[in-house]
Amino acid sequence: MSQPAPAPKSPHTGAFVFAGVIIALFFIGLMGLLYYGVQRSDQAGRDALPSPLIGKPAPDFDLPLLHEPGKRFALAELRGQPFVMNVWGSWCPECRVEHPVISKFALTKRVRFIGYNLKDPREDALRWLEQFGNPYLMVVADEEGRTAIDWGIYGAPETFLVDGKGIVRWKHVGAITDEIIAKELIPALEKAEAEK
Amino acid sequence: MLPELGQVALILALLIAGLQAVLPLAGAQRGKAGWMAVARPAAYAQLFLLLGAFVVLTVAFVTQDFSVKYVADNSNSLLPMVYRYTAVWGAHEGSLLLWTLVLAVWNAAVAEFSRGLPERVIARVLGVIGLISLGFLAFLIFTSNPFVRLLPAPLEGRDLNPLLQDVGMIIHPPMLYIGYVGFVVPFAFSIAALIDGSVDARWLRWTRPWTNIAWGFLTIGIALGSWWAYYELGWGGWWFWDPVENASFMPWLVGAALLHSQAVTEKRGSFRGWTLLLAIAAFSLSLLGAFLVRSGVLTSVHSFAADPSRGLFVLIFLGVVIGGSLVLYVLRVPRLEQGAPFTATSRETLLLANNVLLTCACAMVLLGTLYPLLADALGLGKISVGPPYFGLLFLLLMTPLVLLLPFGPLTRWQREEMSRPLRMLAPWAVLALVLGAIAYFTAPQGKWKTAAGVATSAWVALGTLRFLWSRFQSKGNRFTAEMLGMTLAHGGIAVFLIGALLVEGLNVQRELAMTPGQTLEIGRYAFRYESVDELRGPNYLATRGHVQVMRDDKPLAMLNPEKRAYASGGQVMSEVGIYPGVFGDVYVALGESLGGQARAIRIHIKPFVRWIWLGAGLMALGGFVTATDRRFRKAEDKR
Repeated sequence: MSQPAPAPKSPHTGAFVFAGVIIALFFIGLMGLLYYGVQRSDQAGRDALPSPLIGKPAPDFDLPLLHEPGKRFALAELRGQPFVMNVWGSWCPECRVEHPVISKFALTKRVRFIGYNLKDPREDALRWLEQFGNPYLMVVADEEGRTAIDWGIYGAPETFLVDGKGIVRWKHVGAITDEIIAKELIPALEKAEAEK
Repeated sequence: MLPELGQVALILALLIAGLQAVLPLAGAQRGKAGWMAVARPAAYAQLFLLLGAFVVLTVAFVTQDFSVKYVADNSNSLLPMVYRYTAVWGAHEGSLLLWTLVLAVWNAAVAEFSRGLPERVIARVLGVIGLISLGFLAFLIFTSNPFVRLLPAPLEGRDLNPLLQDVGMIIHPPMLYIGYVGFVVPFAFSIAALIDGSVDARWLRWTRPWTNIAWGFLTIGIALGSWWAYYELGWGGWWFWDPVENASFMPWLVGAALLHSQAVTEKRGSFRGWTLLLAIAAFSLSLLGAFLVRSGVLTSVHSFAADPSRGLFVLIFLGVVIGGSLVLYVLRVPRLEQGAPFTATSRETLLLANNVLLTCACAMVLLGTLYPLLADALGLGKISVGPPYFGLLFLLLMTPLVLLLPFGPLTRWQREEMSRPLRMLAPWAVLALVLGAIAYFTAPQGKWKTAAGVATSAWVALGTLRFLWSRFQSKGNRFTAEMLGMTLAHGGIAVFLIGALLVEGLNVQRELAMTPGQTLEIGRYAFRYESVDELRGPNYLATRGHVQVMRDDKPLAMLNPEKRAYASGGQVMSEVGIYPGVFGDVYVALGESLGGQARAIRIHIKPFVRWIWLGAGLMALGGFVTATDRRFRKAEDKR
């Protein structure tokens, strides 16, 4: 670059310096923010709400079974081995999207798969399972959604992994995909089994 | 063998871009004509090489060469022929190749149509474009190479994202990219002017058509994206404030501000520094858009797969380009001369208001887009701002813009008695209000939105017609292509306002379970759900519904909405059935089976929805027509 002649002092110099500082600060801030964004962009589930339950004992429940309403089922009966609990409802369109994925995985019998039917009239839930197939070992029904509050469930689908000691290991909000199963659920499950 | 040729072409293009970036800039600085003369041939050579690479990738798709990883990832043998062409830009690598190709086209066009400019200026302009091209080619080759082989070659590929298997997708990305990338021309011009330390009105006149054309293409690209979302996503909406939509909308807003500011600078010499800054901002926002889409920083329906190394590369590139431009700007802009003075009531002031409002709107879209990231970085929790935020702020900023719009063309430069344009427009303002009032009392629902739509649209349309009238009234006034372009674009805004506000106000939406034979009546329309059947497409299985639509008891159309399950990924896509009309669409989407014969059916009646895209089309046409103005060409003839 050739040596520029010294700029003639314009009456606006002060304003330009001020504007320059503002632009520079804004630009540095933006770059910093985007850098932070890039750094976290490969963290899986970065947009999932963190569940306060992870690492804590799963809240106990005592709910009727969907297929035999007279019989009640307590969480304690599942102790000993890890299990996956999938929250669904016949009213939930996303659940239909994930249903084939879940069914395929449940068929591998890799882990016990419990269904948690949320806020659903019994007939609707049964009809839904008849139509799309029932991959679950058993389905508990929470028609009023009371127990869901203890679990921090605020919609469907959500999926929990609970280990043999009844500790919540992993949670996913939204529809499960093959990729999430392979990259998150199975590793979390293996870890839970290894620590047993 | 061919993919390797494509590879070589890319590497050669990278080297040539390096030459184009260094030699002309250095030559212009040192006054070496030989170095500056490298620019043009380098631009043509890049176009030739990148066109070659693009053709090679297309051939790989058409002949289904699954040994190329990108082809195997994004197509399979069931994919229909037309989508094999569009699959070329269906994912990250190929779309980036398209991006660099489009950049090369602009680059060569600048080289070709810049004979009227001083050699030093064009050497700098092409040098800056060479730098940008270098950056993108390096990004393409080092992080996203589309020609990587997959050996041994798989027998079958995966599939193109089913969302993208659609006609709209064939033209949407190229249009968008032509617009995005086109802002490189005013940007390069700005940098050249800053290096030179002066803004010649003649050079500025030369950049105006480029900005107009780029902006026109961007308008078409955004409109196509919106139209595609309308019929392909099956949600019935046309704009979602999705991060990727915002990414294309931000340069559009700043580009619109730039068009107006360039006109002021060219004609009056005012706003020089501001015009340069806007040109830098428009292209910077295009780059930011590319970054947001490709880095996976934000989650969106459109974004490509996340890869931090790619994100980091674009971020560094972004930092260098924007940071460098701003440093240059701050160092050089105080030396620019001032333009002709103007008073508070003048066309300059109105255009300044236009610029301030458009830039604020852009800043607010930027804030809303990045806010979830900001909140997360500051530990405020996971928040996302949605349509309520954008809708409200947009209303606040666009209302004054629309209200002031008709004054602009009718107000004189430099100084004006405000009573003159006020007198000219007053009767039309009254008429617009009356029309709005009529709309208020006749609308069956959404009265305020309908009235606002009719009144504002009538105001803009009548004000624009008033301008036409005053041009034809006074003798000796020429009517230039630039004025025609402005009239078309402003008319486009009037048409858009009708579409956007009336569909908001008058949209009817029903979602219900229907059994075959059941009829639903909505106003003048009746919908009879006849049946569903199964349909086998080339690479999907579809459930197709038959819904008979009747208006005033006469059969209107048989709509066949589908739910398609694609063979490869198991994804289910909906294809909506639309009966289009100038005054409204009938839109039927097929839902899930609800057991037995019942099925969820979603029906929308969307009055005037087409006017949204028609308006956008008129705006784009306005940009193109303006670019043909004789004055711009004359500037070139003067050597």
